[in-house]
Amino acid sequence: MSPSVPLQEMIRAIRSARTQCEERGVIQRECAAIRAQFRQADNGGRSHNLAKLLYVHMLGYPAHFGQMECVRMIASPRYSEKRVGYLGAMMLLDEKQDASLLITNSIKNDLSHSNQYVQSLALCTLACMGSAEMCRDLAPEIDRLLRASNSYIKKKAALCAVHIVRKVHDLGELFAPAARSLLAEKNHGVLHGAVVLIIELCERNPETLERFRKTVPDLVQIMKGLVLSGYSPEHDVAGISDPFLQVRILRLLRILGHNNEGASDAMNDLLAQVATNTDSTKTVGNAVLYETVLTVLDIKSESGLRVLAVNILGRFLLNNDRNIRYIAMTSLQKIVGTDHNAVQRHRGTIVDCLKDQDASVKRRALELSLALVSASNVRSMMKELLLFLSSCPAELKAHAASGIFNAAERYAPSQRWHIDTILHVLTTAGGDVRDETVPNLIQLITNASELHCYTVHKLYRALLTDISQQSLVQVACWCIGEYGDLLLRGECQETEAVQVTEDDVLDALETVLQSHMSSPTRITDNVDRIRSIVSIYGSCIDVELQQRAVEYNALFKKYDHMSLFPPPVCGFPQVCDLLDLLGGSEETLQPSPAVGAPAPGLLINTASTAGGDLLDLLGVLEPAPLAPGVTLRHTHTHTHTHTHTHTHTHTPQSDTGLTVTLTASNSTDSDISSFTLQAAVPKLYLSLAGPFLAASHYIKSFLLQVNLKMRVRISYTSQGSAFQDTVQIDSFPGLDAAGQ
Amino acid sequence: MQFMLLFSRQGKLRLQKWYVPLSDKEKKKITRELVQTVLARKPKMCSFLEWRDLKVVYKRYASLYFCCAIEDQDNELITLEIIHRYVELLDKYFGSVCELDIIFNFEKAYFILDEFLLGGEAQETSKKNVLKAIEQADLLQETKEQKVKLSILH
Repeated sequence: MSPSVPLQEMIRAIRSARTQCEERGVIQRECAAIRAQFRQADNGGRSHNLAKLLYVHMLGYPAHFGQMECVRMIASPRYSEKRVGYLGAMMLLDEKQDASLLITNSIKNDLSHSNQYVQSLALCTLACMGSAEMCRDLAPEIDRLLRASNSYIKKKAALCAVHIVRKVHDLGELFAPAARSLLAEKNHGVLHGAVVLIIELCERNPETLERFRKTVPDLVQIMKGLVLSGYSPEHDVAGISDPFLQVRILRLLRILGHNNEGASDAMNDLLAQVATNTDSTKTVGNAVLYETVLTVLDIKSESGLRVLAVNILGRFLLNNDRNIRYIAMTSLQKIVGTDHNAVQRHRGTIVDCLKDQDASVKRRALELSLALVSASNVRSMMKELLLFLSSCPAELKAHAASGIFNAAERYAPSQRWHIDTILHVLTTAGGDVRDETVPNLIQLITNASELHCYTVHKLYRALLTDISQQSLVQVACWCIGEYGDLLLRGECQETEAVQVTEDDVLDALETVLQSHMSSPTRITDNVDRIRSIVSIYGSCIDVELQQRAVEYNALFKKYDHMSLFPPPVCGFPQVCDLLDLLGGSEETLQPSPAVGAPAPGLLINTASTAGGDLLDLLGVLEPAPLAPGVTLRHTHTHTHTHTHTHTHTHTPQSDTGLTVTLTASNSTDSDISSFTLQAAVPKLYLSLAGPFLAASHYIKSFLLQVNLKMRVRISYTSQGSAFQDTVQIDSFPGLDAAGQ
Repeated sequence: MQFMLLFSRQGKLRLQKWYVPLSDKEKKKITRELVQTVLARKPKMCSFLEWRDLKVVYKRYASLYFCCAIEDQDNELITLEIIHRYVELLDKYFGSVCELDIIFNFEKAYFILDEFLLGGEAQETSKKNVLKAIEQADLLQETKEQKVKLSILH
């Protein structure tokens, strides 16, 4: 075909432009010329113009003004113009464009054209961009062509029918009979099209699938012919006869044999034959083997055949070609649940693939390895996985870490091994550990009571080495806060004794705080949490420690511009967190008026409305100024200088009951009237992920599933004014871990 | 197959065939992102990647990347063979094809592709038959053109 000189000249001109700007200039000029040409009458060069426009379009420039020209060209009697016109339609007119409907008539005419190459253009375009409406319109035409035309047209009509069925599912029924008869054709192109069409019909309609099951013997025959026939030059690809057709037939057999004993039996021998006879030295052979394996694994095949299939996958795993290894692992992933033992046999090779250079292969290997961890191999598998974690690509770290945690949780041979594994992950990939895992880890550590000493020592040491891993720091700090006394005691059975002083501990925490203070984003989160540990020491007997703790508290307040509540006192958690626990409340809290060491005042929540029902206590309360001279005192706190006091005590009574006694005393001069007391406990006890690092008492109470909290509201009148106070009681001394 | 893209090592698009209806804007976005992703891959890496919710199969031939997005249930290895077959067809047609051939004769590259794949599926598995059809179609075009030219002369 002679080259289109005008087109090539333009391409040359565009390519010689040295800058983007220059190129734009050339294109603008060309487009203007093209536009002008479109407006002119037929000049014999129309196809060249449209081709130019299509090139410009491919470069990314707008070409909408060419749409109508495409419609005109398609209607032209000249083949050259039709050819470019249809190409333009496929490039510029997708089904979303209104103009696409305009070509329906042309397509219809061309489908019945005397020249098969014109018919071909119409079929190709319809199959590429035909809208549902166009498909409905032209389906009968396609059906006609499926039955009465030459092979060249039949094969195209079959694929056109596939597109129609994808667009308009109901039309499947229309094509089923024709599809069935096409299976008798000898032409490979037609056969291929027919198989693709039948696959589409069966996938969409179970009844159609039932009917096509009868074709299994025919399909088996065709396959046999392909596999056992001699060399056929026309269809040979590296010794395989028409691999494209083979793969399609295998796929259709898979669909027909799925969940059906009879059909599966009928194809069993053939599949075994293909599996054993197909040459696997080239990709093309492996493509056929791959499809065979997929089919064997998805139908009701004999166990021997199944083993054969898995072994092929095993061989694939050892293939030098990375692509083959990749698809082997994809396939094994699909059957690791059902054929677990068979896949286990290849565990070694899979684990080796963790070290592959390619990230896709690594990802597959990771998935499979995690699926293959079992009680018997957990120690060795974990070694490999931890090794992998230290050097794996960043995008896989989080997944690997959580996978390791899950596997460790399910199959840990001992608690100490479990904790060691967790520590290893935290030190290697602590930054990538998902937020929810940290509370789970704390729970685990809490439960492993004999190992508290060991754990805290290890965490402390880890903290000293590296404070950059966020989650490690969080867990370590919490642990030190919780079991700090064990740390200070020095001796530990499971690990070498290290003399740790309180100073050392504070130094470590100080380093953490300093590094965190320099990162403003985490400041409110961690400072609040860590400060609560520090405040433990605020009530220490050791004066120096107490002073240090106080200094820190002051330092915290300096950075506290974003926080709305005062530092918590030990045993008294931040109310905000609890409100979340109790169902969520958005109000801001007023800082207590008493500021300073060692024990700032109680957190008080006041509401302006006197009374209100019990449910209100657990709901949203509006902030109000603190009523003067009123305070509520909790037995756990220190006393302070307010005029009213009110205490509560409790006595554990029975398994199901708990008595809480509230004693109120009036130490003012005036009388108090209309004294009411309301108390509420939440129905649900949530264990939450989120704030977990706080004063040790707090952490104990909410981590454990049963935790009793109570909100108490007292209202009264004094000297003519109404007052109301609410206080949260979060732990009941004397309650043991189980809340009893 | 959902679409096929051909692009150079500098990311310039040489051919784009879409078998799914998408707006121009979406096509541009997909093209830009996918080209970037593929170009970032190292030479020895796997030919398959999972991109968004698609399976992508790509292969580099000299300075051109051939990239196909296939459905979940499609066979990746046979897609590599399809890409290879297309390259062979181009090679036979242009006689030792190079990127410039595809640039300056892009419409022919499309015609060849449309004779090999239809609606995203292979329509003819014999190399010989595809090339024969193209030859005949070209001949038809030429003859008609000649007829027109002759009629103008008279």
